[in-house]
Amino acid sequence: MSTLKEAPGGRASSSPLMGGEVEPTIFEFSHESRRTGAIRNSRIEQVDPKDFLPGDYLRTKKVNLPEVSERDLVAHFMRLTHRQYAVDLGSYPLGSCTMKYNPKLADAVATNPNLSGVHPQTPPSAAQGWIELCVELERYLTEITGMAAATLAPAAGAQGELTGLLIMKAYHKNRGNNKSTILIPDSAHGTNPASVTLAGYKVVTVPSDSRGLVDLEKLRALVNDDVAGIMLTNPNTVGLFEKDIAEIAKAIHDVDGLLYYDGANLNAIVGVARPGDMGFDIVHSNLHKTFATPHGGGGPGSGPVAVVDRLTQFLPGPYPIVVDGVGSWIMPEKSIGRVHSFYGNAVVYARALAFMKALGAEGLKEMSEYAVLNANYLKAKIAPYYPAAYDETCMHEFVVTAAGLKKKYGVRALDVAKTLLDRGYHAPTVYFPLIVEEALMIEPTETESKATLDCLAEILIDIAIEASNEDSSEALKHGPTRTPVSRVDEARAARVLVTTMDAKG
Amino acid sequence: MSSFTPHTSDEVESMLKFMGLTSVEQLYDTIPIALQLRRSLDLPEALSEVEVIDELAAYGKKNRNASIDLVCFAGGGSYDHDIATVTSTLGLRGEFVTAYTPYQPEVAQGVLQAIFEFQTMVSRISGLAITNASLYDGGSALVEAINLACAKTRRSKVVLSEGVNPNWRGVASTFAEGPGHELVTAKVDQEGRTIWPESDSTVAAYVVGYPNFLGFIEDIAAARKLATDSGALLIVAYDPIAISLLKSPGELGADIAIAEGQPLGIPLSYGGPYLGLFSVTMDLVRLLPGRLVGETVDTEDRTSYVTTLRAREQDIRREKASSNVCTNQTLMAVWAAIQMSWWGKEGFYEVGRSSLSSRVYLENRLIEEGLLDRRSPTPTLREFPVRFNKSASDVVEAMVGEGFLAGVALEGANSISNFDGSLLIALTEKRTRSQIDSYVKSLKEVAK
Repeated sequence: MSTLKEAPGGRASSSPLMGGEVEPTIFEFSHESRRTGAIRNSRIEQVDPKDFLPGDYLRTKKVNLPEVSERDLVAHFMRLTHRQYAVDLGSYPLGSCTMKYNPKLADAVATNPNLSGVHPQTPPSAAQGWIELCVELERYLTEITGMAAATLAPAAGAQGELTGLLIMKAYHKNRGNNKSTILIPDSAHGTNPASVTLAGYKVVTVPSDSRGLVDLEKLRALVNDDVAGIMLTNPNTVGLFEKDIAEIAKAIHDVDGLLYYDGANLNAIVGVARPGDMGFDIVHSNLHKTFATPHGGGGPGSGPVAVVDRLTQFLPGPYPIVVDGVGSWIMPEKSIGRVHSFYGNAVVYARALAFMKALGAEGLKEMSEYAVLNANYLKAKIAPYYPAAYDETCMHEFVVTAAGLKKKYGVRALDVAKTLLDRGYHAPTVYFPLIVEEALMIEPTETESKATLDCLAEILIDIAIEASNEDSSEALKHGPTRTPVSRVDEARAARVLVTTMDAKG
Repeated sequence: MSSFTPHTSDEVESMLKFMGLTSVEQLYDTIPIALQLRRSLDLPEALSEVEVIDELAAYGKKNRNASIDLVCFAGGGSYDHDIATVTSTLGLRGEFVTAYTPYQPEVAQGVLQAIFEFQTMVSRISGLAITNASLYDGGSALVEAINLACAKTRRSKVVLSEGVNPNWRGVASTFAEGPGHELVTAKVDQEGRTIWPESDSTVAAYVVGYPNFLGFIEDIAAARKLATDSGALLIVAYDPIAISLLKSPGELGADIAIAEGQPLGIPLSYGGPYLGLFSVTMDLVRLLPGRLVGETVDTEDRTSYVTTLRAREQDIRREKASSNVCTNQTLMAVWAAIQMSWWGKEGFYEVGRSSLSSRVYLENRLIEEGLLDRRSPTPTLREFPVRFNKSASDVVEAMVGEGFLAGVALEGANSISNFDGSLLIALTEKRTRSQIDSYVKSLKEVAK
């Protein structure tokens, strides 16, 4: 129990999340011929499908969807919500994920039927509001990133990466350059190398140095005419600002390479520094991180890609423009083409724009400043027990190592993470980045209060102390115990593959 | 200033003091001065909540909404279905909306179980054993299907029917540029059926629409035979609502079945967020893109759910991964699972039958009014093309004035051989007799 005076708003220990029996699946509530949804009466005579559809293709049995009452349906999904942690319940210090609070005003915007009820095939004359909204969001993003123009269409960060790399490829092709490799630091997110392969390039890994930064000398040695570009996160995945970025940019630009900015960590520097001013040519932002649109349990996200002036001709289309007060969708001159079935995750744009309007220029900067303040404060608080992987002042997140706890007491980063779940906080990211042993990657975000951070620090320290005590350390290896389920057998899930009800033996 | 951050000035001061600092700016000392912005962002000042909502509502007022003032007869990959109140109410619960990817299964059973149930329902519709936790949209599902087929067969040529959604084919063509896959389009004939080339042992996959983009129910058996003869995979791009009445893609021999899941309870949303449905045979599970939820047990033998076969994914396989998908459309998958449960077995059938009945009714009315010569010789279910004396885009523009989104103009990027300039009309269970009668009346005025 916390010894602090002020109750931490971000601690979820009172949540009914803790405990409870297994919830049956929706299919187990099903009973033949029970009905829920009645569809509207169209006042049109209902035909017999076999009179109008080819016999060879006619279904003989109805699709076996659940047959439950609305009452049971609601109860089931409500009980599922009670088995789910979320930002709305408490703090979520998951490094690299920017799990900040998602202001509710965006829900009001997202459910406005004049936005959510518009069909994507509506001609521009009847969708002017949407086009103008897209153009205004683009303006916010280009000002924040220091770029000339942006496509909003990529549906997530990874799709933004691939879009950006294809823009890079189109640029080189247009210049008659035949380049085949992309440089990536060894600390990069997994999506970076995967995207590089899918863009048809080869990955060349750049090692980090003892500071946790790109090793500039080794990078220079790797740069040659074959290098199409580099993908960097800045601040990087260990939470440090790549202070040699201007030199890195020069080295890459000297061989006509381009710099790609992975916006996963943009939350540290909004209003403070801009990727465009650092020499980056292509920048993706994650609206579902920096601009507070909710993660939805894994999506939807949105990964707009902004570019410098000389790359705008390659942007994907359709691209929104407003000329003389009239909005339309166009295809840029040398566009790489379409990247989404329609215009991207449009409702997510509306949420992000609402957030940015609510914060304004100063609030956006303060957002980043307090994200960095919170990270450094928490890092300093727990430093005696959890040594930081790197000493430098961190940005919005930091990486500590549990290597000492493991070596001395056999308590791993995973055990620390699982124990936190029992004590009312979500776990940090563990075992990433790969270059730090027993890594715990912590990103408190700016929306958590000092009291929430103080309590989190206290709990983390308690865990470290318990680890050092023979009587209590063993229990840490078996937590959590207060959660809806205890540690799950991941190996069995892969060995005996049951991914639907119909695969159950 | 907004109250988005909780810090009071005395708290900021005490936090800085704890670190031996005097100002927040010092935290940025690691950023070289030359790279710091050192000016305010050129963006507007903060607004209050109500002002923000008003500003965004002002944009909304410049749109015509399909539910209120632009009665929707357009499809083309997005359909105006009724959405149950339970779907939006439960689907907006903060626990679903504000959770992260379920990497800590002990506190993510809610999302994991909902995805497991979603996977089950989609597998029952697609008729294939394995369904992932969703992709971005129909277009991205096609891209991943092509990449999977090329990885499986170690070939790089894919033949797509022109009857596959042209926007999806556009997305596929963009992303084929990376790995250098060769995409070949097989045109459709005057009756909207794909003219397939001869079998070819260098082809990785054939892609057919079911019903196709024009709404036609094509000969899937012929496509299956062609794929088999070529040693290729068959990818079927289906309309999930049509499967309420039609045999599943799996039953017709699909190796991979992909769809736009939006008709399953997702708002029109000007095109997103939607969800790509992706199902494969058990043989292909180890090449499946995206997340997959599996059932297992916890240390006390209680049924539990967890993301599984994680070794396929980008964060583990890195440059060797065959897909870079990380974030998907989980929330939309949860919405779809709720909507499908609400429809249930009987309701889902009725949605399909009502859509079909309205299509038959509209087609008859158009014939009666002399706007259509005859019913198409190729069977359709809920969507069909009509050619008027005027171009479809002119008809669409004029019909906006009448309060209708008349359909999708098959022109420009949406053009299909032999159907250029036609209007593609779609029906759902939401359209009523009186709406259809008014639509026909306006169309008669506009299209004559």
